[in-house]
Amino acid sequence: MAQWDVEQHIHSARQAGWPDRIHAVFKRHAIKQVGYVADNGIARLIDLCERDNEITEIALASEAEGAGLVLGAVLGGERAALLMQSSGVGNCVNTFSILKNCAAPCVLVVSMRGEFDEFNSWQVPMGSITEPVLTLCGFCCYRVENEADVESTTDAACKMAFGGGNPLVAILLAQRMVSRTKPKGH
Amino acid sequence: MIASIGSPTYDVAACGDNPRNFYIWSGLGCTPTVGLGLALAQPDKRVLIVTGDGDVLMALGSLATIGVKQPKNLAIVCLDNGHYSASGMQPSATKAGVDLAEAARACKLRVEAVSDLSRADELRDLLHSGEGPLFIHARVDADDQPRVIPSRDGVAIKHRFMQAIGTLA
Repeated sequence: MAQWDVEQHIHSARQAGWPDRIHAVFKRHAIKQVGYVADNGIARLIDLCERDNEITEIALASEAEGAGLVLGAVLGGERAALLMQSSGVGNCVNTFSILKNCAAPCVLVVSMRGEFDEFNSWQVPMGSITEPVLTLCGFCCYRVENEADVESTTDAACKMAFGGGNPLVAILLAQRMVSRTKPKGH
Repeated sequence: MIASIGSPTYDVAACGDNPRNFYIWSGLGCTPTVGLGLALAQPDKRVLIVTGDGDVLMALGSLATIGVKQPKNLAIVCLDNGHYSASGMQPSATKAGVDLAEAARACKLRVEAVSDLSRADELRDLLHSGEGPLFIHARVDADDQPRVIPSRDGVAIKHRFMQAIGTLA
């Protein structure tokens, strides 16, 4: 694998570095498939995975498809991760069962909605139950409030998922850290 | 070969259990993307999904997901009996005329549609050597056949499958 200088990359992109750090940890842990549903909060992370020749990115029509993708990747000997907004977690409750039933490792990155400075109040009901729902589905939940903790948390999540312990691990990115751009008119 | 929850799993097991069979016992609608993840991970192996109308109806969006990625080594056989036969024989949308072959075609899959066994040999050859993503829409009778029940131990069949195809670390 070619050396990936994340500090150089962040510097040249002149942006918040957390998406680059998550991407770099994904590469370090040899994650080969990344399924996602489009989201403004993780747009740069999606973009980094899309432009990476060592990662196959899969745009899902629904987050519910993600569990199937991960199980298929695992059967085929590849590591996989999913990226989604907290609202998408609610679409996955039943399909996550196939991962739990098969002890199939899954690293799930969730960008939170319905929290700090949310502009759309309709996001609050799902956002406020996302973490307990994931816990009930069998996920270990690691919440990240500060960018300084992103790299170590993503690394710990990958070690937990791929190294035994608990195969299902979710990284919840606090809305305050993700700082999404509000759409026009809000 | 990946079989969906319900009758496809019974049917695949009835053809003879095999370490290269993987049975999905929950998550109706998951099967197409399990096949996609496997096909992307193993581009040199052919992946066959055996599923039913109930599974595909719940996962119509995943046909679009597959249509975008165009995996050449992926084939779907949809055994469409127009009913939820494993859960009480209630009619499905295809019974009312919803056409899954047209849906798959619209999602850029290569579609063959049959309603009898006259093309069975030709389609078997297509599944073995044709370029995917294939979608074979097979309308079948809604009989309640004797059921063959394979293992429900997800971890065991995962390891058995991975050992058989050489992906178990």
